[in-house]
Amino acid sequence: MSIVIRNVSKRFGDFVALDDVSLEVEGGSLTALLGPSGSGKSTLLRIIAGLEWPDQGEVELSGEDATALTPQKRNVGFVFQHYAAFKHMNVRENIAFGLKVRKRPRAEIHERVDRLLQLVQLEAFGHRYPAQLSGGQRQRMALARALAPEPQVLLLDEPFGALDARVRAELREWLRRLHDEVHVTTIFVTHDQAEAMDVASQIAVMNHARIEQVGSPTELYDEPATEFVMSFVGEANRLGSAWVRPHELDVAHQPTEDAVEALIERITPYGFDARIELALGGGEAVTVQMTRERLELLELERGQIVWVRPDRERVFDERGRAPAAATA
Amino acid sequence: MRPATLGSRTRRHVLRWTALAYLLAILVGPLAMVFWRTFENGYDAAWSALTTPETVQAFKLTLLITAIAVPLNTVFGVVCALAIVRRDFPGKGLLNAFVDLPLALSPVVVGLSLFLLYGREGWFGGWLEEHDIQVLFALPAMVLATVFVSLPFVCREVVPTLREIGDEQEQAARTLGASGWQTLRRITLPAIRWAIVYGVVLTTARCLGEYGAVAVVSGRIQGQTETATLRVEERYDSFDVQGAYAISLVLALLAVLVLIAMTVFQRKEETA
Repeated sequence: MSIVIRNVSKRFGDFVALDDVSLEVEGGSLTALLGPSGSGKSTLLRIIAGLEWPDQGEVELSGEDATALTPQKRNVGFVFQHYAAFKHMNVRENIAFGLKVRKRPRAEIHERVDRLLQLVQLEAFGHRYPAQLSGGQRQRMALARALAPEPQVLLLDEPFGALDARVRAELREWLRRLHDEVHVTTIFVTHDQAEAMDVASQIAVMNHARIEQVGSPTELYDEPATEFVMSFVGEANRLGSAWVRPHELDVAHQPTEDAVEALIERITPYGFDARIELALGGGEAVTVQMTRERLELLELERGQIVWVRPDRERVFDERGRAPAAATA
Repeated sequence: MRPATLGSRTRRHVLRWTALAYLLAILVGPLAMVFWRTFENGYDAAWSALTTPETVQAFKLTLLITAIAVPLNTVFGVVCALAIVRRDFPGKGLLNAFVDLPLALSPVVVGLSLFLLYGREGWFGGWLEEHDIQVLFALPAMVLATVFVSLPFVCREVVPTLREIGDEQEQAARTLGASGWQTLRRITLPAIRWAIVYGVVLTTARCLGEYGAVAVVSGRIQGQTETATLRVEERYDSFDVQGAYAISLVLALLAVLVLIAMTVFQRKEETA
């Protein structure tokens, strides 16, 4: 079920939350809205759910205008950062809520709740209350609850933001597998670029109430359309007026053309890669990424003076946009 | 043991015993006196003082007024709290302030203001007299007075709880397909139920004990418009000290019951 957002604007008093935002999300896809806090990503998600009204613009769900529909009529599943668990209901009752208010037959509700409990691996916890669950379990319950009425669209607002790192990684992986199984059009909001890259097939990067770029994780990393995307998605170094990714820097012991002098401050090998932190003449910090094999070959050590040269650099114009030829 | 710990322990003891002594002098002492004076002439005397027709009628009237005022104020209090916390409208600040008015206003003033409205010379007085409706010196004025003085309690209990639970659960319910009414009944009301119960208990206590406003508007007709609290004073003025103490004791016992209920429900509210 596709989602189309057309020229949506929203203000809260003097604060502009969304400024003429348009976005298309294909049916069945898994999309991330990525941006720093205050960039408008949560507001956009809440407008899709009907929890917030746009001042201008339209929202289309599966080809039909949904701008004037209440959340009750939109058939979307929404997952909140802080779970929004119904505290006075146990896990089964929480999941059954959307079916009960639709007055579905009891047997059907029972069967569907059983299936969802299995899907979110909470079979043994059906009669527990939210207060008796861990954060990760509560969020899985909230997901099952959102999925119960078979929504056309699943919306998740910083779903893993309140969880610790290990549980977060687990749930990420689990959300991706769930999406492969259930195939519901999913949008999730996050400020964590690693999370967006890890989970989503499409990412919309937001900054200052606008969408900067929409694309696959690889597109955003390799062909950032703006300076903001370059700096926000993946690691980036600034060399003068140009931007360079850490793995696109070449290190040598001898000066070459275009190379700048640098001091090795720290070397951190982990896994397949090594990271080398350098200080340039003016004191600017630069990070280089290379394989450990290459690190050993070059015999780099802390305190050495080396020469770094970008393999590929990107320049953005004064409005922060990439000119068509600059990425060549 | 370090001297600092010793000092703080002594201080704690002093504090605790001072508080207890104060309570004893102010609250428990007088209550014990009431208890003692009630049964001074034996259980039978106390019982017969309590079961005169006028006294029984006075208790019935108090309970009747309470039974009308409490449900009214419960519904009003919940609606009012929802409006204050969940809605934005012009005059919200004013509503919020006015709910507290009965706490600040002396009940006697409330009674007098009812006089100004419903008395013969009052705003509605003429109209009421034409239609032969008796408000003052009858049940309607006594209910109005009691409703007014016990108005804030449910609202004041529910407002902080509503603020604390936030509206995310309600939003979740809406996205799951619940109507406004379903959300209220299945999500909001269960979440604030202990606050409502606590507010109801406080309102009940206030209604049972109301004296000043009702004294002004009731006319104190024995066996007709005399509530239990008014009856206490009437007995005392008629040199029936035994009767006054017996009725007081029943009112005090009701207060203790309310207190127990409050403790129980407050604990539930905290754990809910």
